[in-house]
Parts: sequence; C-alpha cells; structure tokens
Amino acid sequence: MAKILEKRRLTPITQLYKVDAPLVAKAARPGQFVIVRVREGGERIPLTIADYDREAGVLTIVVQEVGTTTRYLGQLEVGDEILDLVGPLGMPLEIPVEGHIVGIGGGFGSAALLCLMRELRARGDRTTIINGAREKDLLILNEELAEVCDNLELCTDDGSAGFHGLVTERLQQLIDGDGPGRPDFVVAIGPMPMMRAVTETTRGKEIPTLVSLDPLMIDGTGMCGGCRVTVNNEVKFACVDGPFFDAHQVDFEEAVRRNKMYVRQEQESKDRSDCMKLAVGQD
Amino acid sequence: MPVKRVQKTPMPERDAVLRSHDFGEVNEGYGIAHAQFEAERCLRCQDPICIDGCPVRVPIPEFIHEVAKGDMRRAAEVLRSSNPLPAVCGRVCPQEVQCEEQCSVGIRFKPVAIGYLERFVADWEMEQSDIDITANLHRDEKVAVIGSGPAGLVCAGELARLGYPVTIFEALHAPGGVLRYGIPEFRLPKDVLDWEIEQLKKLGVEIRCNIIIGKTITMDQLMGEMGFKAVFIGTGAGLPSFMGIPGENLNGVYSANEFLTRVNLMRANDFPNADTPVMVGKRVAVIGAGNTAMDTVRTALRVGAEHGLIVYRRSVEEMTARVEEHQHAIEEGVEFHWLTNPVEILGDEEGWVTGLRCIRMELGEPDESGRARPVPIEGSEFVMPVDNVVLSIGNKPNPLLLQTTKGLEANKWGCLVVHDGTSETSRERVFAGGDAVTGAATVILAAGAGKNAAAEIHQDLCANAS
Ligand SMILES: Cc1cc2nc3c(=O)[nH]c(=O)nc-3n(C[C@H](O)[C@H](O)[C@H](O)COP(=O)(O)OP(=O)(O)OC[C@H]3O[C@@H](n4cnc5c(N)ncnc54)[C@H](O)[C@@H]3O)c2cc1C
Ligand SMILES: Cc1cc2nc3c(=O)[nH]c(=O)nc-3n(C[C@H](O)[C@H](O)[C@H](O)COP(=O)(O)OP(=O)(O)OC[C@H]3O[C@@H](n4cnc5c(N)ncnc54)[C@H](O)[C@@H]3O)c2cc1C
Ligand code: SF4
Ligand code: SF4
Ligand code: FES
Repeated sequence: MAKILEKRRLTPITQLYKVDAPLVAKAARPGQFVIVRVREGGERIPLTIADYDREAGVLTIVVQEVGTTTRYLGQLEVGDEILDLVGPLGMPLEIPVEGHIVGIGGGFGSAALLCLMRELRARGDRTTIINGAREKDLLILNEELAEVCDNLELCTDDGSAGFHGLVTERLQQLIDGDGPGRPDFVVAIGPMPMMRAVTETTRGKEIPTLVSLDPLMIDGTGMCGGCRVTVNNEVKFACVDGPFFDAHQVDFEEAVRRNKMYVRQEQESKDRSDCMKLAVGQD
Repeated sequence: MPVKRVQKTPMPERDAVLRSHDFGEVNEGYGIAHAQFEAERCLRCQDPICIDGCPVRVPIPEFIHEVAKGDMRRAAEVLRSSNPLPAVCGRVCPQEVQCEEQCSVGIRFKPVAIGYLERFVADWEMEQSDIDITANLHRDEKVAVIGSGPAGLVCAGELARLGYPVTIFEALHAPGGVLRYGIPEFRLPKDVLDWEIEQLKKLGVEIRCNIIIGKTITMDQLMGEMGFKAVFIGTGAGLPSFMGIPGENLNGVYSANEFLTRVNLMRANDFPNADTPVMVGKRVAVIGAGNTAMDTVRTALRVGAEHGLIVYRRSVEEMTARVEEHQHAIEEGVEFHWLTNPVEILGDEEGWVTGLRCIRMELGEPDESGRARPVPIEGSEFVMPVDNVVLSIGNKPNPLLLQTTKGLEANKWGCLVVHDGTSETSRERVFAGGDAVTGAATVILAAGAGKNAAAEIHQDLCANAS
C-alpha cells in the first residue's frame, strides 16, 4: 500500500502524484519504474519513477489516463492508498558519455527527465531538455524541468508555445549547431512514434541515443517474459534488462506490434469502466 | 487387519466435459468412508519402504493407521510432524515416482493411495474450527525469508514454531510462489493455499508482499540496518526459457509462466470483471510435456480454446508430468503430438500466430539424462495450424538477487551453490533451498529444503547465542 500525499492535474488527461513509498524512494535511481495495482482484480501496470525524495520517502509519478487502470488510479484522491506498489524495477539509466546531454520528453515521458537531468547536472554535464507536446496546454512540468537543466527547449506542434514544430525538428537544429548546440548523448522518453523519430534523427550521426521501451508487463521481475523486445537481434526482457535500450538497435516495428496485442480487450475493459463510472456517478 | 484389494479406492472426480469448462477442482476428495476403506489396504509393513520414497519421510503407515482407526486428529498431527504442507502435497506430489512407487502393495496390486489419504487428512483438518495455534515468539533473533513459495513458507513456519520472529519478503502482490501463480485452481484451490498462509500468520509470521530483495531492499540492508540475524533464500526458478526458434515474438506466443500468471494470479479467466486479459484462439499448442505444460493446456481449454495440443519432441515414456495430470488431460480432450519438434512459429502480415512448423522425431541412443535422444526424421516437416503457442520448456533461477548481492555463489545454470548436504550458501548466515538451489523441481523437495534450512538456522543461531 502506498498513500497518495499530493495530487495535481497537469493536463486534462495527465496527473502527478506524490506517494508515500519510503523503501522505493530510498532505492530508486533515474530511469527505473514501479508497478502498481489499484484494485482487487486490477491489472499490474508499469509507471516510470519521475522523481524521488529519499529523506521524505516520497515518490513522484506522472500518469496519463489512457485506459482502465490509469483511470481508476485517476479517481484516487489524496489520502487514498494505491493497493500495491512495487519497485524500483529495471536497470538505472547509465549515461556513459559526458558532455552535452539532451533529454527529450513527450507525454508522461517528460516527467521522467526530472530526476535524470538533475543528477546529470550534478555530475557536471551540460544538460538540455526538449519538452514537446501538441499544444501549449499539454506541455507538462515546464517550471520543474527548467530548474533541473541548463536549457529548457519547448516545442509545440501548433506553435502555441516555444518552437513551432516537432521535437525532432528542434533536435535536428541542435545537431546542426543551433541554440545549446550539438548533443553528445540523447535520451528520449515518450510515445513510441516520437522515440522512433528521434532514433532516426540521430542515426548515423555518432550521437549515442537511448530510448525507454514500454512493452506490456506483468510481474516486472523477469518471470513472465511478456515484456520481451528485440534489441540488436537479441531477445531482451525490458523489465530487467531495460527499460532503456540503444535506440539504434531496437526493433521498433516489433515493439509497436506487440503493444497492440490486446487493443480489443483494452477497449472492452475501458467501455466497461466507463459504464461503471456512470453507475457510480448516479448514486 | 489389512484387507487385500487389488485396486485403489477410486478418487471421486468431476465429469470431464463439465469440468473442462470451469476452474472447480477436478478431484473431489475422499469422504471418511473412502478414506477408511483405502486405509485398510495398508499392510503396516515392518519395514515401510514407502517412507524411503518420500523426500520428507512422512511416517506413512502411522498416519494411515490412525485414519483406519478413525482418529483423524491424531493422523493430522503425525502428518504435520514431518510435512508442513500436507493439503498441497497430497494434491500435487508425483506420488507414482515417490512414496507410492515404493509401496509393497504395489508389487502385485495397485499401491496404497498415500497421496489421496494425505489429502483427506489435511482437508479434514482444515474443516476443524477448534484447532488453535497461537504465536509464541520468544527468540530475539529476527530471520528474513526471501520468497513465499513452498520453500519459504515452510521455512518460515518451522522457525516461527521454534519461536523466531520471521518476516517473509515476496516480490509479487500475493504470497505462494508457484502455488499461487503457476498451479491452477482446478488442481490446487487457492483456498487451500490461503488456509496454510493463514496458519503461518497465526504463528506470528509476518508476510510483506511487493518487496523485491535485491531491488527494494538489498541483502546487505537486510542483514545490516534492518537487523536480521539470518536469511533464507527461497526465490525459486521463475525465469522462463525460450527455444530461440523464429517467430517466438509473434503476437499470441506466450511463456507458460505468462499464460498461467495471467489466469491464476491476475484472474484473466474472469475478464472483463478482472482487468487483465489473456488471448486464446481456437487452437492452442503447448510445447513441452511436464506438469507446467499439462496445466497450461488444460487452462487453455478452460479459457475458451476449442483444441488444446501438446507438442513434445520425445515420446509419452519420457513425459515428466504426473500420471494423473496426463490422464485428466486425455479425458478432457487434449490432443497429444509426441515425437514432434517445433522448428518455427508462423505468423500473418499483422504479426499474429497462424501455425507451427514441426519436424517429426524418432528415438535414438540414450543421452546424458538416460532418456532416449530424439532425432529429427529428414523431410518430415509439416505445418500445424494454430492460433497460440505457449512455450513450456523449463525455467531457470532468476538472477535478480544474485546481480545485486555480493558473495553469493551460483553455478553455471544460475542455481545457488550450497555446501554439501546443507543449506548454507557461500555467504555467512545466508541459507537457501528449493528451486533456487536445485533448479525447477517439486513442491515437496522445496518444502523439505525449507524445513531442513530452518533446523540449520536454529542450530546456527543457538551456537552463536551462547
Ligand atoms: C517501463 C514503463 C514505464 C511507463 N511509465 C509510464 C508513466 O510514467 N506514466 C504513464 O502514464 N504511463 C507509463 N507507462 C505506460 C503505462 O504502463 C500504460 O499506459 C498503462 O499500462 C495503461 O494501462 P491502462 O489499463 O490504463 O490502459 P490499457 O487499457 O491497458 O490501454 C489503453 C491504451 O493504452 C495503450 N497502452 C497500453 N499499455 C501501454 C504501454 N505499456 N505503453 C504505451 N501504451 C500503452 C494501449 O494500446 C491502449 O490504446 C509505462 C510503461 C512502461 C513499460
Ligand atoms: C505450472 C507448474 C506446475 C507444477 N506442478 C507441480 C506438481 O504438480 N507437483 C510438484 O511437486 N511440483 C510442481 N511444480 C514445481 C513446483 O511448483 C516448484 O518446484 C516449487 O514451487 C518450488 O518452490 P520454491 O519455494 O523453491 O519456489 P517458488 O514456488 O518458485 O517461489 C519463489 C517465490 O519467490 C519470489 N521471489 C523471487 N525472487 C525474489 C526476490 N528477489 N525477492 C522477493 N521475492 C522473490 C517469487 O515471486 C516466488 O513467489 C510445478 C511448477 C509449475 C510452474
Ligand atoms: S509428501 Fe508427497 S511423497 Fe511424501 S508421503 Fe506425502 S504424497 Fe507421498
Ligand atoms: S509400503 Fe505400502 S503397505 Fe507398506 S506401510 Fe507403506 S503404504 Fe503401507
Ligand atoms: S514483465 Fe514479466 S518478465 Fe518482464
């Protein structure tokens, strides 16, 4: 059980939670994740550790409400308990290169850059965050991200804030020497199409790039093999070997295909939770 | 007086057609009359060699004698004195290669149904409301148990009985290990497991789920700042093997662990009431022929498959599943493809499984394991149309704990190394047992290892206390 201490809406479908999880907060490192279950009979879903406060024993997670479990979670209030929370899972992010590190975030992924970029800056790296979204109101955590890096670059598809265009277009400009300049290392966390595009942008340019794969998971301990992905023609279990992998070696096509395995069931479950929500609303 | 009867008293079973669509237990269990009738078959041998077949040396004639006399309470006491999980073992032990294989009656007749009687006594015990256990934790030394499979549960129970405060740490959200996520309800009802766990709690054992030792807490923290004086590792062999054939990452391919976990732990059979789905098409092929494979194929039928297929490269002789499970699988309509080795999983343009390319095998010379080595018959390849493939070809110990724990030795298969004949690992006051040491084995071996380790831990702590 992990009690929700704070909850804040970031966008219409994204909320930030601070939860009481002293053991996990103490052990957590950037790039790791937790698995939560929010109700009896509920699914186990992975969520990235966005930030942690070791002393206070508090963990920050940012959740996009896309289906049944994330929406059940969204209904919990401050003071409520998350039924199960286990972690930290996965390998901590290792950035073997020093210099100009560029973190690219989209969707809930931007949140995961918080603890990572703070630690990299503390280590002495020059840090840039490219935070992207469709429009201004969907950009999350701008203030917090600004505090943890040297340069914060905002991008919106519609130009309502910051750079008018995709994060990869801005990345290309950096590679070409614009703004904070060419990255020595890139980390991308966000929706699969974005990570794929980043991968293609840095491919062949001698810029090592890591992406955070998000396959379907159950246990998160290497027991089920459901999270397997192919990297460099080898099968890896993302929960124990990842979730970060060398972007240029990832078989994205397979990863995308495997994530769609249960689309029909996910819709069925979502429709059903819609009905249940209505039912709750009526009494 | 013992009565000569050729046949075992049959186990009342649910109808194969009905049961293969639900998760209710297949075996209904003996009633008192069946149990006493069967108990009369035991000869109470001078030299009860059945005991030699039992890894924990249950005093078999003694408990069976109490059943014959009708003193079930005493029978339960005798049973529990050596086997702390009788309701589980009575159901899942491969008796035909253990106690019952040795039974003297079995030389000419069918052996005494030791397993069924064990189950009967344990089930009787569960129904008694007046069997009271209370905690008496009078020792100061705290002991940590990692993993809540049979090895961990038994080790914790034995230590608590000796008065030690014990905490079990379990990675998943519910305790039981394979008994929870692997072995299905129709073979081992979760009520039985829950009851055993309840007893442990009454003994004062603390169970903390959602904690992964090596990730959430390290071994050093456990034995350092957290103050545990000894640790037992019962982390099992939960890492699924894949075959490395093309097509294994297609949609619709599972490891048996994933398939069974979705159903047993996450209750996918109850989707969409429960939130986790499982994907089963009309034809499900399960590769392998151990208990896990039988459980998987029978589960597949219960979650909607029309055809459940077992595909195994050896013959029925080399199958490792319990005979009873094989029999039940036949009754439920499982199709067996012996001497058939999968070489490729085929899929459609969208990446969904459509078939299994196999090659027929024949048996050649015996291999290292003494079993006939299957060799491919050239030119015999064929395609079996299937919608799902579930790999059930074995599990290895999970390296998670090893990766973050210094000074723990493992062999080349990833199994923890213990000193000959003991449970001592290469690290001081760290003991281990069960599948984590032996590789995938059996419930009773794991339970026995947990029990032995508890005795060693007790000895070690006593020696160090003085
Ligand atoms: C290592 C890891 C870290 C993650 N971190 C976060 C995080 O910090 N915040 C966050 O909001 N989400 C994160 N996710 C994704 C999150 O786990 C899924 O959104 C969640 O499982 C969806 O569950 P659901 O029941 O709400 O929706 P479902 O009903 O399961 O799915 C609804 C929709 O979401 C899509 N979806 C399902 N699972 C995933 C997935 N794993 N990745 C992407 N899309 C998916 C489905 O295709 C479907 O369209 C992470 C995933 C992984 C593997
Ligand atoms: C499907 C299936 C059917 C089977 N059928 C039979 C049968 O009929 N008869 C029979 O005798 N045997 C059977 N077996 C084998 C038997 O179940 C195992 O040999 C036995 O469960 C091993 O017990 P264990 O305690 O060593 O480990 P497990 O039961 O594997 O339990 C290990 C536990 O440790 C936890 N864990 C692992 N790492 C950590 C960590 N770092 N921190 C915290 N917790 C951790 C795991 O989550 C798990 O709960 C079957 C196995 C399977 C998979
Ligand atoms: S524990 Fe298993 S092997 Fe031993 S007597 Fe009971 S059923 Fe037989
Ligand atoms: S060997 Fe068979 S007959 Fe003899 S004591 Fe054991 S169970 Fe009874
Ligand atoms: S989630 Fe089960 S092995 Fe990775």
